Amino acid sequence: MTTPVIEVSGLSYTYPDGRRALDGIDLAVGAGERVALLGPNGAGKTTLALHINGILEAEAGSVRVADLLLGDETMAEIRRRVGLVFQDANDQLFMPTVAQDVAFGPANLGFNGAALEQRVQVALGAVEAEELADRAPHHLSGGERRRIAIATVLAMEPDVLVLDEPAAGFDPVGRAELIATLSKLDITQVVITHDLGLARSLCPRSVIMDGGRIVADGSTAVLLGDRGLLSRHRLEVPAPTRRSN
Amino acid sequence: MGAGHAHALYVHGHTAIHRLPPETKVASALAFIVAVAITPREAIWAFGLYAMMLITVARIARVDGRFVAARLVTILPFVLFAFLIPFIGGGERVEIMGVAVSRSGVWAMWNIVAKATLGATSSILLAASTEVPEILRGMQRLRVPTLITAVATFMIRYLELTAEEFTRMRTAMVARGYNPRWLGDNRPLASSAGTLFIRSYERGERVHAAMLARGFTGEMPDLSGERASRGQWLAAASIPGIALFIAALAWWTR
Repeated sequence: MTTPVIEVSGLSYTYPDGRRALDGIDLAVGAGERVALLGPNGAGKTTLALHINGILEAEAGSVRVADLLLGDETMAEIRRRVGLVFQDANDQLFMPTVAQDVAFGPANLGFNGAALEQRVQVALGAVEAEELADRAPHHLSGGERRRIAIATVLAMEPDVLVLDEPAAGFDPVGRAELIATLSKLDITQVVITHDLGLARSLCPRSVIMDGGRIVADGSTAVLLGDRGLLSRHRLEVPAPTRRSN
Repeated sequence: MGAGHAHALYVHGHTAIHRLPPETKVASALAFIVAVAITPREAIWAFGLYAMMLITVARIARVDGRFVAARLVTILPFVLFAFLIPFIGGGERVEIMGVAVSRSGVWAMWNIVAKATLGATSSILLAASTEVPEILRGMQRLRVPTLITAVATFMIRYLELTAEEFTRMRTAMVARGYNPRWLGDNRPLASSAGTLFIRSYERGERVHAAMLARGFTGEMPDLSGERASRGQWLAAASIPGIALFIAALAWWTR
């Protein structure tokens, strides 16, 4: 593996209500890799993503991003380097217009004027959405909203893109378009999903989580070929039993 | 801008009024309303002039009279009360069309109706020629505290979403046989408002997380862009300028 961009070791987290969400996670993601993070509902995938960005604070274990150990001093820099694309794009797009929303991140980094404009243009260009710049986020279609949500994060020029269920609720064409957009981006990606087809077409490597632990890590083709593994972790309907008559 | 999906108060156009920077329009509308509010009610001619000014602005912005009239309906509930004042007011009585009414009550009614109509019309014209994000941007450039503009921004952004959520919850109730006929039947609807509050609160937390993820440090970045030129300020100031002159004249000749 190339030098890891993300290095998580021994990460554990318990929710305030006592539910154990992460239980000793070890994960390394190399530069340029595209990794699918698979697992049933409640496996801890989103919780893990929120840790990589420092939004949730680890109880035990550590998170390193590009050799920076996550802590109070490195938080701002790590948040710039890890671009988190949330499950519900409505949570991510809060400014009155698309252009202002894409500008929000880089403006927080101190960009302004022509440099800021440039960042917005490049980010919108990467998701082929330049023409949406002046639209209001609540007047976009679901697919457009998702693309803009990705652009808002790309505008911060992160090292890693972490996407939480990027294609949930999409029609087949929208899903295919999204896969095309993501596969064109030249950036390390961690894609949280339980859409196995999406994992297969986008990510050479997959990690399966269940019950707050990593239960499998390897080539997507190999993991998705193991029906026993998938059905044990609620990722695929078990093969139907043959009728006797 | 925003093709096809503009707000119900906005009239799409590319007129000189539409092109004026938002901060000049917000300031101008506010100053105009102040001028109207301080004009003595006896100066009926002044209110006539104000009305003519607004009609001129509407003409330039190509805003239809019926569009304005339809939106003026919103002030009716407030104004309706004013129509009672001549009947319940005390003091000297005058006869209008055979009905004895209070003289000061008639003046009070006229004062409320005229000023409310003119004030509301200027707000309608502002909203018709300026999109909501632009109005917020204008407020930001006018140095309205970012806390206020940010709250307004979020409210406008999530109001439609919350309304949609409420509609979906209502639909789900109706789909399971809920059929409110009397006021008392509204209990489930009222308790769903509580659910809506919790959901909105949780959304607030998620939005905040999304903001933190993009480097939010507690202060909204200034994305308001270029400032208005002196010429644009002068053009926008002409309207409240004339109005303030009329108001001063009305006091002078009283």
